[in-house]
Formats: sequence, structure tokens, C-alpha cells
Amino acid sequence: MLGRGLLGIYLSVLVLLPISALVAESSHGGIGAFWREVSNPEAVAAIKLTLITSVVVVCINAVFGTLIAWMLVRDTFRGRGAVNALIDLPFALPTIVAGLVLLALYGKGSPVGINVAFTRASVALALLFVTLPFVVRSVQPVLHELDPAMEEAAASLGAGPVTVMRRVVLPSLTPAILSGVALSFARAIGEFGSLVLITGNLPFKTEAGSVFIFGQIESENLAGAAAVSVVLLLAALVVLAALGRLSRWRSRHVR
Amino acid sequence: MAIEVQNVSKRFGTFTALDDVSVRVADGALTALLGPSGSGKSTLLRVIAGLEQPDSGSVHIGGQDMTCAPARSREVGFVFQHYAPFKHMTVAGNVGFGLKIRRRPKREIEQRVSELLALVRLDGLAGRYPSQLSGGQLQRMALARALAVQPNVLLLDEPFGALDVQVRAELREWLRRLHDEIHVTTIFVTHDQEEAMEVAGQIVVMNGGRVEQAGTSQELYEKPRNEFVMSFIGPVSRLGDAYLRPHDIQILSDADASSTEAMVRRIVRLGFEVRVELTLPDGREVWAQITRDTANELELSEGQILPVRLPAPRLFAA
Amino acid sequence: MSASGAGALALPRPAAPAPAAGALSNDRAGRRRRLAVRVLALGYLALLLAAPVVMIFYRTFEHGLAPVWDAITAPNFQHAFLLSLEVVAIAVPLNTAFGIGMALLLERGRSRWRGALGLIIDLPFAISPVVVGLALVLAYGRTGWFGDWLTEHGVQVIFSVPGIVIATAIVSLPFVARETIPVLREIGTDAEQAATTLGAGEWQTFWRVTLPAIRWGVVYGVVLTTARALGEFGAVSVISGRIEGQTQTLPLYVQDRFENFDLTGAYAAAVVLALLALATLVAMNLLTRRGRERGT
Repeated sequence: MLGRGLLGIYLSVLVLLPISALVAESSHGGIGAFWREVSNPEAVAAIKLTLITSVVVVCINAVFGTLIAWMLVRDTFRGRGAVNALIDLPFALPTIVAGLVLLALYGKGSPVGINVAFTRASVALALLFVTLPFVVRSVQPVLHELDPAMEEAAASLGAGPVTVMRRVVLPSLTPAILSGVALSFARAIGEFGSLVLITGNLPFKTEAGSVFIFGQIESENLAGAAAVSVVLLLAALVVLAALGRLSRWRSRHVR
Repeated sequence: MAIEVQNVSKRFGTFTALDDVSVRVADGALTALLGPSGSGKSTLLRVIAGLEQPDSGSVHIGGQDMTCAPARSREVGFVFQHYAPFKHMTVAGNVGFGLKIRRRPKREIEQRVSELLALVRLDGLAGRYPSQLSGGQLQRMALARALAVQPNVLLLDEPFGALDVQVRAELREWLRRLHDEIHVTTIFVTHDQEEAMEVAGQIVVMNGGRVEQAGTSQELYEKPRNEFVMSFIGPVSRLGDAYLRPHDIQILSDADASSTEAMVRRIVRLGFEVRVELTLPDGREVWAQITRDTANELELSEGQILPVRLPAPRLFAA
Repeated sequence: MSASGAGALALPRPAAPAPAAGALSNDRAGRRRRLAVRVLALGYLALLLAAPVVMIFYRTFEHGLAPVWDAITAPNFQHAFLLSLEVVAIAVPLNTAFGIGMALLLERGRSRWRGALGLIIDLPFAISPVVVGLALVLAYGRTGWFGDWLTEHGVQVIFSVPGIVIATAIVSLPFVARETIPVLREIGTDAEQAATTLGAGEWQTFWRVTLPAIRWGVVYGVVLTTARALGEFGAVSVISGRIEGQTQTLPLYVQDRFENFDLTGAYAAAVVLALLALATLVAMNLLTRRGRERGT
């Protein structure tokens, strides 16, 4: 069918060919060249910063994301609908604006006197902002479908609220939390726009992986850029696959 | 139009849905495809409709070979178990869909739609949406929709399966009367033996992808070809390898030459009909079906020992 | 996300605020716990989301409307704004058509490649936008795989609008497909088969039966695609050369103004983008509720 052909071409031009070119470029000079680029000290620093900060950020997300989801599902207060809608803001807002917005409050000239600009904390701050929705939106529907009767049954058997949480609720939420964590991580290690303004992009200090790649492209070291890109890409894919989210087409519940 | 299915087979992966099936449906007949789940009856219906292609065999509709023709060109009306309404269109839109596709003039469509809605007794609901209708109304709409394009054949896939018992009974009766009026060759699929017997002139009993027997309800009841048909159509009471009709077992007031003794183990009163579970002298158990009046006359009680006459057992070749 | 995490990389979806449940929360200790959660969660959100956004609006209008007006009437701003709109106007319809087509292929076709195709469509989610830009340069840049062929045919991808369009299309690729697929699955094929028996051809069935049934899923996907396309920064940064007045989209303009110490200009552009983002949020919320009511 003509349609199928067109779809194939579109997909190839947009995704398959560029990705193949990327992989080809990174392996162009063989494993030696690849390793050389990747073990460049600045690259190592950037990758380390990105990975470590992302891990910290997703852990914070796991906790606060679940907390927020809990509040949105189990609590009632005026304005809950608005708060619920606001969760998607980091998703709808351009990343560069996110960075600017954080800078306005937590950068130089901050009205509350907090200035994290050009520090490692700013990297974490930006990543926390952009990855906020993932765990929340992942946990919300699961929490919603959770049968309160389960918790009631546990309570009737003598379990205190902490026990109920630990043994009944959290186990049911864990897959959703992990799913959100995987998505957060993939997003965080690739994040770029929100970092450019607030971190100062200082090599070895606050230069994230994506910023390093950008720098390499500007310096026309495409091979170096490609090598580090592949590392980040693999990290994302590994985490996504490990947390079982890759290529699983789940259908939406009927409400 | 008459329908002739010859030696049709269909497999889905390793599952054989239809195994060398041949069926003949006369022009204007109202036929039921009857069988348990997985018997292939729905698959056969869909093959006739053109929604599935058989692996082998042929399908002739009105004398023409339609085996490879797509559903679109077979001029068959199909009614689904869950109605398959076009949820975003009104009732009128649904019913008029086939005509709109054929680019009939607007006035013609409007007229035909109101005729049909009157026929299926949904007049006044033309502007409603499917979400506002009950199950019975949805099914009547589906029927009107299928009839709108004047199909040669009308196919219904478990049309009343999703409805309440009451509604089901009403619609059955209504389908029968509709067919009397319209005389379109109609085939419907059901797993409900009572429904098949009540509505259809001809019944095709299917099991495991094969046709067990085809005939009128009378023929199937009185002269079943094998155990399956006998058990599926009408009640059976088993005595070892023999199959008996429970109302053929007579409970007598006095013994005679052909009778044997049995003990009444349990009496179940089901309104007009009374079920009597009996134990024969050799320990075998059997149940008889008698009327309430007879039960009263005999003054049955549990534990009682009475003469019974067993009919000649029906045995089928293994 | 959606109601249970649609697909491999679930999209954020405003789930409905549900009535409070939990038999454990009605006593005093329970109430205290709920309050504690509320304070923590709302506090976190206020510090991370709300306060910064409020701050930006404050800073923008701090010195009155006049400087803001000057900023948005500046020719480069106007050009950046229009360029962003132009890119969105091309990329979004393309991705919509593709997304619907892909969804149909995956849910209604008999594709053996279902898993692989799903993976490929989701790939843009796992890749950093900068890497997307790099991959484009490597494939279609002057020294790239197709560099010579493209130069011969007079097509320039790097430092030009076509490149920006392609980059934007890539990063916003998955949304329509991802939102349409679960809807297609949910509505089932019965209605489409009914249409076939009534004589409708493939296109007629699609246009009159399938498309109306999936429209809210598609619209939601379009909203997400548009938001993503408008806000794209990293990939476009790499591929456009950020040439003022020529290949500078609005997000790039924000960075440009900032780096040139024109804070008002940067804030003004940021506010415009933020307002568009808020409009997106509203649309997302309305559509989720609409979709639920209509049972899509």
C-alpha cells in the first residue's frame, strides 16, 4: 500500500537514517577512537556529572512524586484541580524558559537570597524541574485504581497505617514508581535547554553531558560528540529496558 | 437468495475453526447456526459475510461464487452481538449510513430511514445518540441499519446474547415476525437451543468446527443423529450408554408387564414441570420429567417405590 | 499517564482529581498525616514550580508595560515568533498524519514489525535533543551521508529552515501515534466491520467511522505535539546556527537576548512562551475531561 511506503520513508528520513549516521560516526575510527573520545577527561567529568545528578534527582522524584500523587488522589482541598493541571507545566514549558524561570528566583539577584547559579546544585534544580511530571503521572492512575478495601482489610486485621503503607500500598505502587523513575532518568540525562543559562556550563564543574556534546559539535569534533552521544543513548536505553518500559504497548483503562 | 457453502475449512494458527463444512440455506429461509462456544458457528457466519476468507471451499450466494469477494460487495446485512453502533452519529445517521455511502439523494435517505425506524419501532428516536439507547433499542437500530441497503442476505451474530432475558424473548418474537414480513434469507448464530428452536425454520447444529446435523427443530429433536445433537437439543437423561428423553420415562400407578420398579430419590418442582430423580433396582440413576398434574395424581413422595416404564433406549454408533 | 501508562514511555497526562478515598484517614492521626503530606507536597511544588513562574511574570512587568512592548515589537522578536509558528505549522500536521497512519498500521494492520516499529517511534523520547541535532548533521549536513546529494539538488539542511522543521518534527514525532493507539485499541473493529458490510470502502470507513471515533485522542496528541514543537531548543540549537533574524526560533531568541544582557527582551519572549504553555495546560485538562465524558 502506498501509505505504508510513505510511512516507511517518513520514519527512515526522520529517525532511522539519522540514528544510523550517528552510530556509524561514533564507530568510524574503530573502538580505539571511540574510547579515546569517551575517556577524554572533560567528557568523563561531564558524563559523571550527568549520571550522578540524574540518579540523585530520580530518587528525589520517587519520593516527592509519590507524595504529590498521593495528595492529588487521596486528599481533597480547594484548588486541587488547578494543582493537578500545574503538574504538567514542566512538560508544556520550553526548556530554555524553564531555565530562565529558575534563574529568576534562584540565581543572581534572587529575592530570597538563594543563588545557586553556576553550581552543581543548579544542575540538580533544573533536572528536578523538568522531570517532575513523570513519577506523579505514572503513579496517579495506579493509586486511583487501588481498591481501598485492601487497606481496610489490612486495618481490620490489626495493621497500623505505616504497616499498611509499607506492606499493602507501596508494593502495588512500585511498578508505577519504577516506570516513572525510568522515564525521569531518560529525560534527565538528555536534558539541555534548562541547563544552558543557569549552570554556566563550566567544564569539569557544571558541564552536563549534553552541553559537552554541544560544545564538541561547535568545535567540529563530530566524532567526539557522536561517541559521548552513544554513551548517553545507551544509558537511557538500558535503564528503560531494565525497568521494562520499552516497547510495551499498554492499553488505556476504560474509566 | 439461496446460500450454498461447500467444503469450507478455516484455521487460525493451530486452531481449526471450520473443518470441511457444507451448508445449504434456501432462499428466504430463517436458519439458525446452533452450537457451543468454539463450535465455529460465528466463523462460518463471518465467512459467509466475507469478513473472513476460508482456507478452502466455496461460498455461493444467489448462485454466484462469492468466495473471494470482499464483504463490501456481497450485499449482506450483518448485525453484531454488541451492536457496533457508530457512536458519533445519531440513530438516523446510523440507519442511513449505507445509503449515504451509496450517495443516494438526501430525501430518499430521509424517507427510507423513517420507514425503517417505524418498522423497528424506534420512530421518534431518530435524533438520539447510541449512548442514549437501551440494549434492545440498539439492536433494533442495528437491524434497521443492516436492512436499509436492502441486502440479499441478513446475518446476525448472537444478536440477543448481550440482552436481558425479558428483552431477549421480546426481540426473538419480533425477529420471527419481521422475517415473515420481509422474507430476506436470514441466518443467525446462537448457543441457545431454545432460541434456535423457537425462531428458526431450519437449524444447523455445529460442534468443533463441524456440522453435526441440519434440519427442522422437529427432525433434530426426534431423530438426532448422535449423542451431541441429542444432548444439545432437548433434555436428556442418561442411562449408561443409552440416551433417553426424560418425558418418555413414564411413572405408572400400577405395575405391568413392561414396567420395572424404581425409588423416588428426589422431587424437584419447576412450576408446570416436575423433575423426578429415580434410582433403578440395579442402582443406576435416571430422571423423569412429568407434568404437575400427573405428579399430583400419583401423590409422589420421596422414598416412594413406583413402577416406571423406560422407553427403548437410543444408542448411537460409537 | 492516561489512565495506566500508555505505551513504553508514558506521556504525562492530567489524571482526574479523584474523590478522596482511604478508610485510614478519618481519625485525628489520619488528618494530621494528610495535612503533613499536603504541606510537604504543596511546599515542594510551590518552591519548584509556582514560585519561579510567578517570579518570571513579576520580573517581566516589573518596570511597566512599555519596555515589554518595545521588546515584543522588536523586529527580531517578531521574526523569531513567526518562524516558530511557521515551523509548528509544518511539523505538526506532518506528524499528525504520520501519527494516525502509524497508529492504524500498528493497531489495524498485520504487522510483524509491531515491536520494532513501536520502539523506533519511541526513540525520540530516549534521545537528548542535542543528539538529535547531531544525528541530523551527520546524516544530512554538508559532510554527512547525504550531504553531496542534497547540495547537488540545492537543498540545504544545516543553518536553514528546512533543517529546523525536520529537527522539530523528530522530537515531536511520537505524540499523536502514542495517543491514538490506545484509543484505536479500545474502540475495537466492530464498527469498522459494520461499515464494510454496509458497503463502505477503506477510505470511507476511515473517514466516516474510524476518525470520528478517535478524534479526541488525536486532538490531545496534537496539543502535545504543538507544545513540544514550540518549545524545542536543543536540536534546533545545533542545526540552525542560530542566525539572528533568519534561523532563530523563539526559544533560541530567549537565549540570545539573555546572552546579550537584554533581560527584558529575554523575559518578554519567555513570558510569551509561558503563556502559550499555560494555554496548552488548559487545553490538555479540558480534553482529558472531554475524552472521559464521551467515553473515548
